[in-house]
Amino acid sequence: MAETAAPVKKIKLVVTRQDEPTSKPYTEEFEIPYRPGMNVISALMEIQRNPVNAKGDHTAPVCWESNCLEEVCGACSMVINGKPRQACAALVDKLEQPIRVEPMRTFPVVRDLVIDRSRMFNALKRVKAWIPIDGTYDLGPGPRMAEQKRQWAYELSKCMTCGVCLEACPNVNEKTDFIGPAAISQVRLFNAHPTGALNADERLEALMEDGGIEGCGNSQNCVRSCPKGIPLTTSIAEMNKQTTKHMFKRWLTV
Amino acid sequence: MKGFYSRKLHSLLGVIPLGAFIVEHVLTNFSAYEGGKEKFDSYVTLLNSMPIVWFLEIFFIFLPLLYHGVYGLYIAYQAKPNVGRFGYERNVRYLLQRITGVITFIFVIWHVYETRFQVALGNVTHEELGQHMNSIVSNPFVFTLYVIGVISAVFHFSNGLWSFLVSWGITIGPRAQRVSSYICMTLFVIISLMFILSLVAFRGEEFQAAASLMQSVQPFIG
Repeated sequence: MAETAAPVKKIKLVVTRQDEPTSKPYTEEFEIPYRPGMNVISALMEIQRNPVNAKGDHTAPVCWESNCLEEVCGACSMVINGKPRQACAALVDKLEQPIRVEPMRTFPVVRDLVIDRSRMFNALKRVKAWIPIDGTYDLGPGPRMAEQKRQWAYELSKCMTCGVCLEACPNVNEKTDFIGPAAISQVRLFNAHPTGALNADERLEALMEDGGIEGCGNSQNCVRSCPKGIPLTTSIAEMNKQTTKHMFKRWLTV
Repeated sequence: MKGFYSRKLHSLLGVIPLGAFIVEHVLTNFSAYEGGKEKFDSYVTLLNSMPIVWFLEIFFIFLPLLYHGVYGLYIAYQAKPNVGRFGYERNVRYLLQRITGVITFIFVIWHVYETRFQVALGNVTHEELGQHMNSIVSNPFVFTLYVIGVISAVFHFSNGLWSFLVSWGITIGPRAQRVSSYICMTLFVIISLMFILSLVAFRGEEFQAAASLMQSVQPFIG
């Protein structure tokens, strides 16, 4: 008896593509076979395996970046159905079709979905988001940190510099030099650390430079978009308080 | 001036003195609704009998208004609203803050030209301001524009007060920001209603009667 093959379920993807950093973006549609438990990354892998678009034409495989595939590295940020998020955590079953995949245009597009997030790492350097402990002799163990403080500081340390908060922010654009929510939250993290607090003023002063904390316009999209659930607006408001205090301290003690 | 300080100053001036001035203005106007022409006139006289009133007007109203308005236009220009993609309440208020700011900027220029500037030119005296307002807002079209202008200005102030509390690091956590948001939006409703009621009062017969009286005596007093 002839077996009737079940029709292969297909999913539809609309990818915004760009061949070069300066060339014009265009969209291309893809229809790929569905597999249970698929996410956007595995859908893109399917295109890579068989780079044929919905019209049946052979095309260049779509470029993207990804690493950990468990939402901790921040590399696969892209705009999926209008919202910036991690592609690895975007399950196809939970997405409306056709799935629209675009690069995060707040950043320079390198090719297709690959973006250059250098500005985020430069922002971390600007605010000195590290604890300087290197020296010529052993400094011994640092002071202890209260457990209660460690718990909320740990939440801030989950930031993976993915850039989603910058993409969601209406004040991060070509008309401003705002460093964005991520770096501001990192100042709060490193200033909360007992050893990091030794350099607290330097970080606050970095936030008071042009393009620093004053760029925030309180739209609060960042906290709604952060894939790690970091309380970014609480960090920003706390840094508003600390920089304001620092401003008065500088005025009144010199 | 570095961005940090100019932005902080912008935020501060919006509350003190400009926010305080809005509250003073609504109380004075509301007297027209509460106590009619007599009470309104007495408040106008009281305000103008304050010592160094010209100094207060220049340094506590005009110059702060100029700075807040011009720098505010620059802030509005820098925004790239994305309410279409992120239709969250706070993001909608972010956009409204900028739109109402621009409307208020235009409204205030027009309103100051029609009232304070005419007083400065000598076309209207302080005592005539009540009937002057009556002749302005009696036109239904102008009345509508005034209502829009007033609602925009009050929203801009109330929502600006909310973001002032965030920008100066007073309300930090989500609960504090939510509570202050309720308070500020209540303030928006109350002050807007008071302004609209005073505009309605200015359309009343009491102010109109005086206006028509003025018109009837105008030919005789030249």
